[in-house]
Amino acid sequence: MTQPAAAAVTPVFDVEAIRADFPVLHQEVHGKPLVYLDNAATTQKPRQVIDAVTHFYEHDCANVHRGVHLLSQRATVAYESARTTIKTHLGAADSREIVFTRGTTEGINLVANSFVRPRLAEGDEVLITGMEHHSNIVPWQLLCAEVGATLKVVPITDDGELELDEFEALLSDRTRIVGVVHVSNALGTVNPVEEMIEMAHAKDIPVLVDGAQAVPHGPVDVQKLDCDFYVFSGHKTYGPTGIGALYGKREHLLDMVPWQGGGDMILSVTWEETQYAEPPHRFEAGTPNIEGAIGLAAALDYLDSLGLDAVAEHESMLLASATEAVLAIPGIRLIGSAEERAGALSFVMDGVHPHDIGTILDTEGVAIRAGHHCAQPVMQRFNISATVRASFGVYNTTDEIDRLVAGLYKVKEVFG
Amino acid sequence: MKDLYQEIILDHNKQPRNCYVMDCAHKSADGHNPLCGDTVKVYLRIEDGVISEISFQGAGCAICTASTSLMTESVKGKTVEEAKDLFDGFHHMLTGVADEQGVDLGKLQVFEGVREYPVRVKCATLAWHTLNAAIDGEDEPATTE
Repeated sequence: MTQPAAAAVTPVFDVEAIRADFPVLHQEVHGKPLVYLDNAATTQKPRQVIDAVTHFYEHDCANVHRGVHLLSQRATVAYESARTTIKTHLGAADSREIVFTRGTTEGINLVANSFVRPRLAEGDEVLITGMEHHSNIVPWQLLCAEVGATLKVVPITDDGELELDEFEALLSDRTRIVGVVHVSNALGTVNPVEEMIEMAHAKDIPVLVDGAQAVPHGPVDVQKLDCDFYVFSGHKTYGPTGIGALYGKREHLLDMVPWQGGGDMILSVTWEETQYAEPPHRFEAGTPNIEGAIGLAAALDYLDSLGLDAVAEHESMLLASATEAVLAIPGIRLIGSAEERAGALSFVMDGVHPHDIGTILDTEGVAIRAGHHCAQPVMQRFNISATVRASFGVYNTTDEIDRLVAGLYKVKEVFG
Repeated sequence: MKDLYQEIILDHNKQPRNCYVMDCAHKSADGHNPLCGDTVKVYLRIEDGVISEISFQGAGCAICTASTSLMTESVKGKTVEEAKDLFDGFHHMLTGVADEQGVDLGKLQVFEGVREYPVRVKCATLAWHTLNAAIDGEDEPATTE
């Protein structure tokens, strides 16, 4: 008789235990316990990340790659191990496909300059969407203006979803790159990027995916997506600021010209000729943000320890609760009501400017973001100048949603 | 928070004074706060160095709207020099060293609470930067930057 298979152990999502890992959460703001709902702007750091960075400073601090002493060897191992951690976390095939950057914005600029520019001629096209963050708009505007290419934009529906038919129609024989956001920071919309990549590849068009708001909220598999480039930022996923990564298919990276010139990205330098290093180091000039990379790896390890599916489920529950609770308040209108959403809840209130809502919520200890969220074209699409955005992370609770709602009723009280 | 959203501010936000497009304006200027999207347009008639008529249009937060409304009430009928003195006094109240005796700000004193909310100072001062731009007849839109 065969033994029954052991039941799979689902990690229990213990929010209180998680909150205990984040020192910053345990403070008062204007005399009230902090409710941090601005995770799309930046996330808080767990003790594990703080300790990893501190450990580097206290034990392993040295420059990487070039030293001959023990500390340098430890620093190099820590830095390159961090690269491997990112490769595994993203489901990439090869660590050499992970380039460390300062963040999403630098990653996109790197691709625009080193991959797209040599392939973009006058009259060619760059295709992005109407829900992009400025970081996935401005580099393309700069490049198109320089080269005489055209920036095309996929329109979005009133619900804040992409018009896929329009996307397909805009994939022309002059399109040299598609840039699309995985999860919108302003609307929370989750885009069907795997499907979009398939459509683009059918016409031999490479795709860059902005994953800044996707990586913190659940599993990402770059090989399954088959994206050509994937970018994200450390500080949006419980890691330090000033660090991020660009995933690029090896065949592309091998073919790309250097981004920044300097030390560490060369094999040899003479006055006559300089030879550049192989990817990924070819794109990492100068002393890197070593502690940042170590901190980022610790952050991804932390997320993995919680279970990415459990993280996604917890935050999905929070977003659904918050949406229902906020919509129940008279005079609230949701901005971004896509069927599939993650991370962020954007809304406006009749007769009260988001800035005023934000200030009053702040006095109640609730931190949200009010403004255009570096997505002015999105605001223009919905005919508004700003929204209130509440965005969630692993340590948020349903009690905190109640505090948000109470704060919003306070706003209504003040403004009559 | 009561210091910031006082009755008079809420009142001027709900029912802004002098809020209309001026047909025979001598001067006008646009103002814009890029941080939060507040926009304001100020219209002026200046006769013999006196601001005889002032009005505005705009879209912005309560602090910005109330500040613009109260600004128009404060400078109407004043000379250009007096208006500029009021601007200096107002700006100083929000950003300068406290407890210094300055020009009598009258109702504008109600914005003193904004000092405690540095992020909102530019909401309050946009109206005055725009007024300045209108008086000086600058071509570039006024900004708080």
